[in-house]
Amino acid sequence: MADIIINRRALIGSVAALPFLSGCDALNEAPAFRKILSMGEVMNQHSQRALTDRDALAREFTRADLSPVFRANGSRTGDGPAYSAHVATGFRDWRIQVSGLVRRPLSLSMADIRAVPQRTQITRHDCVEGWSAIGEWHGAKLAPILAAAQLLPGARFIVFHCADKIGGTAYYESIDLTDALHPQTILAWRLNSGALPIANGAPLRPRIERQLGYKHAKFIHSIEAVASLDTIGKGKGGYWEDRIDYEWYAGI
Amino acid sequence: MATPTTQIVAQLDGSTEPSAKDAGVPAPRIYRHRWPTRIWHWVNAVTLLILLMSGLMIFNAHPRLYWGQYGANNDPAWLEVRSTATDGYLRIGSAEVRTTGVLGHWKNEAGEVKRWAFPHWATIPSGYSLADGRRWHLFFAWVLAIGMTLYMLWSLVSRHISRDLHVTRAEWSPRHIWDDIKRHARLRFPTGEAAARYHVLQKLAYIGVIFVLLPLMVLTGLTMSPGMNAAAPWLLDLFGGRQSARSLHFIATWALVGFFFVHMAMVLLAGPINEVRSMLTGWFTLPQPKPVKEQADG
Repeated sequence: MADIIINRRALIGSVAALPFLSGCDALNEAPAFRKILSMGEVMNQHSQRALTDRDALAREFTRADLSPVFRANGSRTGDGPAYSAHVATGFRDWRIQVSGLVRRPLSLSMADIRAVPQRTQITRHDCVEGWSAIGEWHGAKLAPILAAAQLLPGARFIVFHCADKIGGTAYYESIDLTDALHPQTILAWRLNSGALPIANGAPLRPRIERQLGYKHAKFIHSIEAVASLDTIGKGKGGYWEDRIDYEWYAGI
Repeated sequence: MATPTTQIVAQLDGSTEPSAKDAGVPAPRIYRHRWPTRIWHWVNAVTLLILLMSGLMIFNAHPRLYWGQYGANNDPAWLEVRSTATDGYLRIGSAEVRTTGVLGHWKNEAGEVKRWAFPHWATIPSGYSLADGRRWHLFFAWVLAIGMTLYMLWSLVSRHISRDLHVTRAEWSPRHIWDDIKRHARLRFPTGEAAARYHVLQKLAYIGVIFVLLPLMVLTGLTMSPGMNAAAPWLLDLFGGRQSARSLHFIATWALVGFFFVHMAMVLLAGPINEVRSMLTGWFTLPQPKPVKEQADG
């Protein structure tokens, strides 16, 4: 009730001049209306999954198409002394855990990651804000890693846990198995023929080429297979999804 | 269904002859807009306003436009809204204007200075939220796309296109178009029988919106989707890249806003009550020539 009263008061100031705007702002805060708006995401996700080729490849470009500067956004570095220590040793001792609904949990070194079948791809990175940058990514294909870990039948989502914190909380993101097993989904450790820069997520960053940038978690140290996103964060599958209601399906 | 002209409802005297001189005799009415047109018109009026305002919110997240496949802060933008501590600016190419108070530097309802590109009164929601702007935009985009597709199909099947919107060979003649432009410039609108049909500028405006601008909005919007780019890479080739599509989406937006203002002006000049009523009920009263003798083509 208190919320409603505050909204009312806020409305009164503007209602005379801009009834449409105040109405939209009130609707924007109404849970029932937000549920209707969220049907857009459901329709985008299901129509894209149902009507388009699930294995369709994102466009790959040539070196002539590379952005002169590949913009970094979000966290520019991992968090805490442990990450700093890894920076000091060039991520020599970085390990990545593969856990959750897998028959064989894995703990992979960077050498292990480099021993997995690799892929190089020049793709466009699209930020939810609207900008795009083209970069050349190189890294380990995720599908063989998951195959080695042997996903259990109940596994439906892959969660990435990260070493960066925003507002005191470690970043996390998740994708479904369609994207996890997609041939262009790699754990990238090189960008534009150099080591992956810290600002872009060193030492490892997944590429989810058919979704927006916030799905491409940085500084990942753990991969978890889960049956449901309910127990991850606040249940919507990602840091921003849980906090400001970004779409979990970011294919549009 | 009969064509609009044959649907003229003869009132009282059974004639469609001008009779406005005699205030006691109602002017003839025609059934001008069938229900799909009326419903789609009003759904679109609301939908396009919401798409515009939520789209401006999304633009605020990155108020720069580029041509080509990529574009970010280090790349040259052809359009940019920028902000300094004291002022806002709109730059298009090399031309820049100060827009303090409206773009890039403005005060919200609480009197606080904000430095987003578009001001609170132009965006949905009014306070900055890219996430919420996207929720609104990507829901109402479906309303637009579904409505547009259904209306296009109906227009074809019901012969709305061939009967009402088709531009005849005679109408394509430059002389005819020029005459229509002159009539508009003099604010002389058709009366009587001539008002029962769309004239050539009207047809071109409606065709331009329904079959060019709105599909362009939907397709350039889809071209910004990384998922759609993988499924339909031809969209990238059609528009020259994701950032070009984003620029075209923005330009087509303002073309639609331009159409809206011309549309409003024409409705106001042609008789707002009659025009709005016809879009609500379908029935349009044919405007009668002024009592003073005028050319038949009005």
